[in-house]
Amino acid sequence: MAGSSLMENLFQRTLEDLIKGLRLQLIGESAFLSKALDEIRREVKSTDADTKANALHKLTYLSSLYFYDMSFAAFHVVELLSSTRFSHKKIAYHAAAHSFSDDTPVLVLITNQLRKDLTSTNEFEVSLALECLSRIATVDLARDLTPEIFTLLGSSKVFVQKKAIAVLLRVFDKYPDAVRVCFKRFVENLESPDSQIVSVAVGVFCELALREPRSYLPLAPEFYKILVDSKNNWVLIKVLKIFAKLAPLEPRLAKRVVEPVCDHIRRTGAKSLLFECIRTVVTSLSDYESAVKVVVVKIREMLVDDDPNLKYLALQALSVVATKHLWAVLENKEVVIKSLSDVDSNIKLESLRLVMAMVSENNVAEICRVLVNYALKSDPEFCNEILGSILSTCCSDVYEIIVDFDWYVSLLGEMSRILHCQQGEEIEKQLIDIGMRVKDVRPELVRVSRDLLIDPALLGNPFLHRMLSAAAWLSGQYVEFSVNPFELMEALLQPRTTLLPPSIRAVYVQSALKVFIFCLNAYLLQRGNAASSSTFDRVVPDVPGLVSERDGPESSSLASCDAPVHCKQDEGFNPRVFDQSFEGLSVEHGGEETATLGQASASSSLKDSFTHESIVNLLNRVELAVVPLTGSYDVEILERARNILCFTELIKRDLLDSPVQKEESLEREGVQASQIIKLMHDAFSNDLGPVSVSAQERVPVPDGLVLAENLEDLETIFGDVQLPSLNSFSLGSPQYEERAGFSIPIHESKEEPVPSSESTSLLAEHRKQHGLYYLPSANKEDDYPPANDTKLQAGTNDDDGDLVKLTEQLLLSKKKPNHAKPRPVVVKLDGDQATIATNPRPKEDLLSGTVRDVLLGSDTNPTSSQGQASTKSSSKRKGKEKLNVDSAKENLGGVEKHDQGNPGSRKSKHHSHGKGRRHGSPGKKGAETEENGQKLKQKSSRTHSKHKARQRAEVPLNVVAQSPVIPDFLL
Amino acid sequence: MGIRFILMVNKQGQTRLAQYYEYLTLEERRALEPEIVRKCLARAEQQCSFVEHRNYKIVYRRYASLFFLVGVDNDENELAILEFIHLLVETMDRHFGNVCELDIMFHLEKAHFMLEEMVMNGCIVETNKSSILAPIQLMDKMN
Repeated sequence: MAGSSLMENLFQRTLEDLIKGLRLQLIGESAFLSKALDEIRREVKSTDADTKANALHKLTYLSSLYFYDMSFAAFHVVELLSSTRFSHKKIAYHAAAHSFSDDTPVLVLITNQLRKDLTSTNEFEVSLALECLSRIATVDLARDLTPEIFTLLGSSKVFVQKKAIAVLLRVFDKYPDAVRVCFKRFVENLESPDSQIVSVAVGVFCELALREPRSYLPLAPEFYKILVDSKNNWVLIKVLKIFAKLAPLEPRLAKRVVEPVCDHIRRTGAKSLLFECIRTVVTSLSDYESAVKVVVVKIREMLVDDDPNLKYLALQALSVVATKHLWAVLENKEVVIKSLSDVDSNIKLESLRLVMAMVSENNVAEICRVLVNYALKSDPEFCNEILGSILSTCCSDVYEIIVDFDWYVSLLGEMSRILHCQQGEEIEKQLIDIGMRVKDVRPELVRVSRDLLIDPALLGNPFLHRMLSAAAWLSGQYVEFSVNPFELMEALLQPRTTLLPPSIRAVYVQSALKVFIFCLNAYLLQRGNAASSSTFDRVVPDVPGLVSERDGPESSSLASCDAPVHCKQDEGFNPRVFDQSFEGLSVEHGGEETATLGQASASSSLKDSFTHESIVNLLNRVELAVVPLTGSYDVEILERARNILCFTELIKRDLLDSPVQKEESLEREGVQASQIIKLMHDAFSNDLGPVSVSAQERVPVPDGLVLAENLEDLETIFGDVQLPSLNSFSLGSPQYEERAGFSIPIHESKEEPVPSSESTSLLAEHRKQHGLYYLPSANKEDDYPPANDTKLQAGTNDDDGDLVKLTEQLLLSKKKPNHAKPRPVVVKLDGDQATIATNPRPKEDLLSGTVRDVLLGSDTNPTSSQGQASTKSSSKRKGKEKLNVDSAKENLGGVEKHDQGNPGSRKSKHHSHGKGRRHGSPGKKGAETEENGQKLKQKSSRTHSKHKARQRAEVPLNVVAQSPVIPDFLL
Repeated sequence: MGIRFILMVNKQGQTRLAQYYEYLTLEERRALEPEIVRKCLARAEQQCSFVEHRNYKIVYRRYASLFFLVGVDNDENELAILEFIHLLVETMDRHFGNVCELDIMFHLEKAHFMLEEMVMNGCIVETNKSSILAPIQLMDKMN
């Protein structure tokens, strides 16, 4: 056995051999490595420690650089850990630190070995164990080894002590109760004479404070001392980071810190420290005007520096300060805008963010102009960054900063035409959203859409297809504003639409139908008008107003259906002649109408285009384009194409033959066709409005509707229907009841309980799943308000609520500055505002709770949580507290004096904070901070003897305050 | 945890040293490393040394043929990390004498050892070159 292991050892390849071999290999890297791995698998099982160590050494190397899995060797690592030779131990610890995770099963085997090494007299072994522990410590390891770490914290060797401090971060993380044991010693290290120890301690505190700063507020005096006294830039940077977190919690503290921070800014030559000071001021001390001014000067210096690093960081700092001090950005406007064309994409992005921060109602057009010019010039990626940020900035808060929507809509069109534009989806969303919300902008929308649709080049860019879908939909929906529907039809049916995906083509086809019907309707109206010149006056203004008032022209044209006969007899119904006469009349009447009705202008200019000939052409064109679509494999396209074809069939004969048709037939069929067209036109011209997300909930529950509260019996009905849908319903229903203020007494439904509840719930369930196919419920106003009608925005259930909302809106609109051109009405829904996320308070973790306990001086049993701890009797706490102080006194002099003086003040300060966090009501905040201020004053004045008694007296109060109910002890 | 990982990568994008201070599975590392390395190596000399990647900020610096990449938390001080990288290179320079890629390849464990002296748990624990190198020199003497 010994012989074989010797042989193994002799012929084993070392890591160096492996690396050399890897560089010279001829068989390919992966082949070479898998061969090496086979060797390692064999060697690692060797009984010879040297061989095993060597194998693990190689394996760790391959694993860390070539991602080879080494979990199979976990046990061998544990074996080697117990080797007495330091070089073996080193390899084993390194392998463990590299490859062990919380889930590694053999971790339970190494506790004793780690303990042994932690207590070793060889400081290097201790160091190895600490290093490893800092990477792999689990809850169990942290718990079991806390005593050893505590001992090491007091080690006389700096080499070991600093590592013991660093390992605390992981240990506290895994096992918060370790805080109770180690925290005192840990805090003492802040005042260590060795600067390296202070540095490490501050580093660990910094990490802890970043997670939950509030718990470390009581240590502010210690940190402050370091901030003022330390000469080590590393330490100062970390301390500044701590203060950046603490200052916002304690205004008095911020006030005290400002001066030292500004001192550092003036004094230091180190850029890193300077930048940390800048960052601290802009993030946490931005209320102090003087400090901000100092900092902005420094930022400007960095901005114009040649070093791209400084420039980047300066831009970052500016974007932080922008929220509160926009002037700082405006002062550096030129540099920021120039940076948009920097060679570095990171700098470009930062400056873009800053430019967006400068956007306001007054300059949005100007800035967007500049940005679009940059977008035209820049690479695809940055171009889309620019476009994306324009889009997101402009649409925020329901287009709050947009006043001139015509401009914005044409900007959207312009953006779509930029070569690299990939924002089709967002543009689609906004185009449709604006179309539904802003009534006044629809003519411009249709114009822009038309420009986009007739451009065949855009069809070739797949990123823009979604945008084209919106354009097609808009021009179909609001076709009455179109200058030339024939052209629109041409665009919708152009052959290159084959490039579109089926879903969007289907939109095109449907829009084509809408446009088609609009043309036919307009033509029929004209025909009717021409015939019955007596009713003409009334008809013309109604052409655009079809949406609202249809009965007038309809009845007139229908009633006067016999009229065309006379025309025909005279002129054989020559469309041209008809046209001329029509034109003449429209000139006469058109004048006043365009003045009164803005929309009429578009349609009145169309009048001459709806000739019989053009309609026939259109019909043929539609047929020609749509017939091939009936061979489509996509059902949506297929179905819509068939609809169009059937429709054309239906009206074709009537329309085509009408000029030469006999009196009777026209009377009969003409009526029929025009009725169909009118019906369809009516259907299409129903205004679509935006729908609030909460619309469904506002539909009141009809009287007599009984909703079951317990839906258990549903299961018997559904049987195999999947559960999720059931859940979603049962979650939804109580909310439904609440909203409607409709409580259902269960006993009332006794007579016919099962069937009614069953059917209702089934119906509701079905409605939920297939809501798309349900007709709008009875009170439509609730579902969506017609555009432009602010009064109907709120639910109709509650008149008072309406009034409140209305006044709110009025107030809001008053605040807006006056513009030459009034901002069009933008329909807003309740759902739009409801999106403000109530920032969830971070859950207080166990660690910070324990830290707080310890800092407050209580010493409860390790397993109790904060809540439990607080319920301990006050007398006991006081006693323990005293005990703590005394014992600590032995170790420390200076710090403790201070600690002893203010346990009460610290404690009470904490509670007020804790309370503030939980309540978070802005009203109380003022009083609270004042209270805190007083507390700090007490602390800083350090007149413990006077305040002692009073502060002690506060302790029981605090105990009450800490109980889970959290009463307002300040009130 | 300030520093999340430290990578040393050559011009060809081959990793020469990888040290993680938080546990990532091999798959996560395999996904992360090439992506970061590609991002950093693609950048030109006159561009800034910071790259944002997912929830990390990468601070990198190039020395001859070797890139030093340090992944840090978002609120870490970038300039301080650059100084840390420089300190690391100076320390290795002092030990190896004009450190090059091969030194790190063949003495990876020493490079790791130096890093362990300098960084623990993502915190910088030692910034004095002599203190960093003392244990290594002692061990060299023992062997």
